[in-house]
Amino acid sequence: MLGEGILKGLAETAKNFAGSFVSAERLTTVEYPEDRIAPIEAARVFPILIYDGLDWEAGMRCVACQICEKECPPKCIFIEKSKDKKADALGKPQFYPAQFDIDISVCMSCQICVEVCPFEAIKMDTDFELATEDRFEGLLMDRRQLARPNAYYQQIHPTEAAVVDAHLAAEKAKADAKAKATADAAAAKAAAPSATAPKPADTAQKPGEGD
Amino acid sequence: MFEQLDQIFVLLNHWLVGFLPLALRPYASVLISVVVIIGLFPALFALTTVLERKGLGRIQNRIGPNRTGPFGILQPIADGIKSLTKEDIVPSSADGAVHFLAPVVLVVAVFMGFAVLPMGRNMTLVPMDAGLLFFFAMGASTELSVFMAGWSSRNKYSLLGAMRAVAQMISYEVPLLMSSVAVVMITGSLSLGKIVEAQNHYTWGFPHWYIFTPWGFAGFVMYAIAATAETNRSPFDLPEGESELVAGYHTEYSGFKFALFFLGEYLAMFSISGLGTTLFLGGWSAPFEFLSFIPSWIWFFSKLMMSICVFIWVRGTLPRLRQDQLMNFAWKFVLPYTMLNLLVTALWRFLGPGWQQWVYCSAILIVAYVVMARVGMRREHFGPRKYRYAE
Repeated sequence: MLGEGILKGLAETAKNFAGSFVSAERLTTVEYPEDRIAPIEAARVFPILIYDGLDWEAGMRCVACQICEKECPPKCIFIEKSKDKKADALGKPQFYPAQFDIDISVCMSCQICVEVCPFEAIKMDTDFELATEDRFEGLLMDRRQLARPNAYYQQIHPTEAAVVDAHLAAEKAKADAKAKATADAAAAKAAAPSATAPKPADTAQKPGEGD
Repeated sequence: MFEQLDQIFVLLNHWLVGFLPLALRPYASVLISVVVIIGLFPALFALTTVLERKGLGRIQNRIGPNRTGPFGILQPIADGIKSLTKEDIVPSSADGAVHFLAPVVLVVAVFMGFAVLPMGRNMTLVPMDAGLLFFFAMGASTELSVFMAGWSSRNKYSLLGAMRAVAQMISYEVPLLMSSVAVVMITGSLSLGKIVEAQNHYTWGFPHWYIFTPWGFAGFVMYAIAATAETNRSPFDLPEGESELVAGYHTEYSGFKFALFFLGEYLAMFSISGLGTTLFLGGWSAPFEFLSFIPSWIWFFSKLMMSICVFIWVRGTLPRLRQDQLMNFAWKFVLPYTMLNLLVTALWRFLGPGWQQWVYCSAILIVAYVVMARVGMRREHFGPRKYRYAE
C-alpha cells in the first residue's frame, strides 16, 4: 500500500535517533581531535623518502634516477641529480638527489612514483594533518622534510615494509656473495698463475649486471 | 492568575502603550506586535537550525554540532557571524536590482503571512475576516521571489532551480488550497480566529479538532504533503537539489543575501506549520480539557515546534523525488484525493451528527486511498530501450 515504505523508513530513523542516545556503539563517528580511529594500514596520503640507518643524508635510498619525476602525472616532483657519487647501502657508488622537492599542493596521491621506483626509496605516508598557513612554501616539501627512517615506514605499513625489507635483504645478500666471490677470485688470481686469472673474474661480473 | 498568564503578552502590550498619548496608541500597539513577530520568529529559526542539525545527526547515528557552547547551542550565532562577514558577490551579468530584491521580497512576503495567524487567545496581529485568503495570497508571492532570484542570476543552475521551484510550487499550491477549503466548508468562515474557535470544544474532555474527523485526517495528510512541497523541504527539495543544481535558485547568492533566503525558507516552514496547526490541530486550544489552564500561546508554539520536528524527521528519512515522480504525485494522487475530500466533507456536513457520517466518510476515504494509490501511482514498466539505427 502507498505510504507503507515511508512509515517503515520513519520507524527506522526514529530507532536511530533514540538509539544514538542510548548506545555509544551505534555512533559511526568519533570526536576527531580528541578521539581518533586507528590508522588504516593501506592508507596513503603523500610520498616520503626512506633512508636507512640514522643519518638521513647518508642513508638516503634515492639515487636520483628521476623515473618518478618523469612518471608523475601532475608533475609535482622536482629532482636535481648530484655531480658526485657516493656509496649506497650496497656499497656501490651512486648519484644522490642534490635537491628533491614534492609540491604536495599539486600531488594527487596516485602512488605511481612508488610503483615505478626501483630502489624502494619513495613510499606513501599516512600523516594527513598537513595544514599550513603558507600555501606556497608551506606545501613545498624539500628532501629534508620528506626524509623518514625505515623504522617509520615499518611502523606505518608493517606488511608492505616486511616484503620490501626481505627483498632488500636478499639483494644485499646477493651483493655480499658477489663481493665475496670477487674478492675470492681476486685472491685466487693473486695466488694462481697470471694466465688463467681474467676468466673467473669475468664470470663473476656477469650476473651482477642483470640486477 | 492563569487568565493573566494566558493574556500576558496582550496585557504587556496594553501596559507599554499606556505610556503614550491616546492618538498614538493604535499605531504603537501594532508596531510593538510587529517588532515582536519580527524578533521572535528569526529567534525560533536560529533554534530550529541547531535542532535540525543535531536531529539529523542523531538520525544518521552522528553526534551533530557540539563545539560552540554547551551542546553546540551557540552554533546559530557562529553561523550568523559567518554569513554576515562573508563577501557579498553579485555576478557581473546579473540583473542587479532584481537580484537584490529577490531575498527581500521573499522575507517580506513570508512575514506578511504571520499577520493573520492566531498565536494565542486574542493574539492575532490582524484579525482579518478573510485571513485564510490573505495567507494564501502572501504564500503564493514567495514563488515570485524564487523566480526573481533564478532569473536575475543569469546562471543556468539558478534558472533550472527556479523553473523547478515554480512548477512544483504551483502544482502543490492547488492541493494545499483544496485541503484547506474543506475546513472552510465546515466552519463556514475564512477567519482563522473563527476556525480555531470552532475547534475549541470538548466532549468528555477530548477536543473537537478537525484532524480527529475522517475528512480532517485525510485533509491534514494532504495538507502536510503539499506544505512540504510548498516550502521546498526534503523529499521535495528538487529546486535546490545540491547533487544536481549546485544550490538551485540561490546558487549565485552569498553572505547575508543567502542567509535571508535561508531565513525565508524556514519562516515559510513556520508559517505553513502555523496555518496547519490552526486549520487541523485546533490552533491554540489545549489537547485535553483539563490542560486548558496552560496559556494558549504555549500550546500554539508547542504544536508549531512539533510540526517542525516532523519536518526534520521526514527530511532525515526520505530521499529526494525525481521531477516526474513529483509531478505525477501532485496531479495523479494528491489533487484528485483532495477534491474527493471536498465531496466527503460535504457529505459529512449534510449527514449531520450520528454514526452514519463516521462510517460512510471513513469508508469512502479509505477505499479511495487504496484505489487511487493502486491506479494513480502504478509503476510503469518500460522494457529495455530499443535503438533503430539509420539505414
